[in-house]
Amino acid sequence: MEMKYKTENRQLTITLSGELDHHAAKGLMESIDRCMEQNLPTKTLLDLGGLTFMDSSGIAVVLRAKRRMEALAGTLVVVNIPRQASRVLETAGLGRYVDLI
Amino acid sequence: MKTKSDNYISLEFLSRSANEGFARGAVACFAAQLDPTLEELGDIKTAVSEAVTNAIVHAYPDELGKVVIKARILEGNVLELTVRDWGRGIADVDKARQPLYTTGGEERSGMGFTIMESFMDSLTVRSQEGRGTRVTMRRRIQPRRRQ
Repeated sequence: MEMKYKTENRQLTITLSGELDHHAAKGLMESIDRCMEQNLPTKTLLDLGGLTFMDSSGIAVVLRAKRRMEALAGTLVVVNIPRQASRVLETAGLGRYVDLI
Repeated sequence: MKTKSDNYISLEFLSRSANEGFARGAVACFAAQLDPTLEELGDIKTAVSEAVTNAIVHAYPDELGKVVIKARILEGNVLELTVRDWGRGIADVDKARQPLYTTGGEERSGMGFTIMESFMDSLTVRSQEGRGTRVTMRRRIQPRRRQ
């Protein structure tokens, strides 16, 4: 599991690659929290394009990122969702709470 | 009821989260002999990951314990997976199977059983408090026409 990020005009782009499971999720959540606290973005793009696997741990990661952005009065958009990860997010009905593109 | 098995594997490992990737990878390698599509293989890996994570997080919250996966190929191109632990068990299985129900804190979404149920053809959960849990899932792999 690897996380990279960049910021531009208070827009934060977080790019994930590798396998996102329970083993990876806790450390990832902490990294995303830190990244948001340091950069105080008004919008975050969470780019899942590099994920080769994601289970329901990814749902918890997305929901936590959404709550953090709401606390900053900002927005979260999840982009480039691979097919397998998309099936997990759809099963959870996450599209009702988070912008999935 | 006994069902005839064409082939099987049995995997035993310690309930460390580092073994989650190994478990789903090993089952996917075994399932490959049924010639699944990438989507079918993704569904199987996801279901295994959910069942194994449940055992690691909920069965053995304060200690390490044994997890055993048995994967069997049954007649009709059916893959049967059994994930078993000897941990604390589930007090109310029906409640645990409800979407969004979790006792695992913010790191868990409470969607594990819902995903297993959606991604596999059948899901059976047997549990006894203090004795452990056995999750059994089946998925028929659609036979593909050869070119």
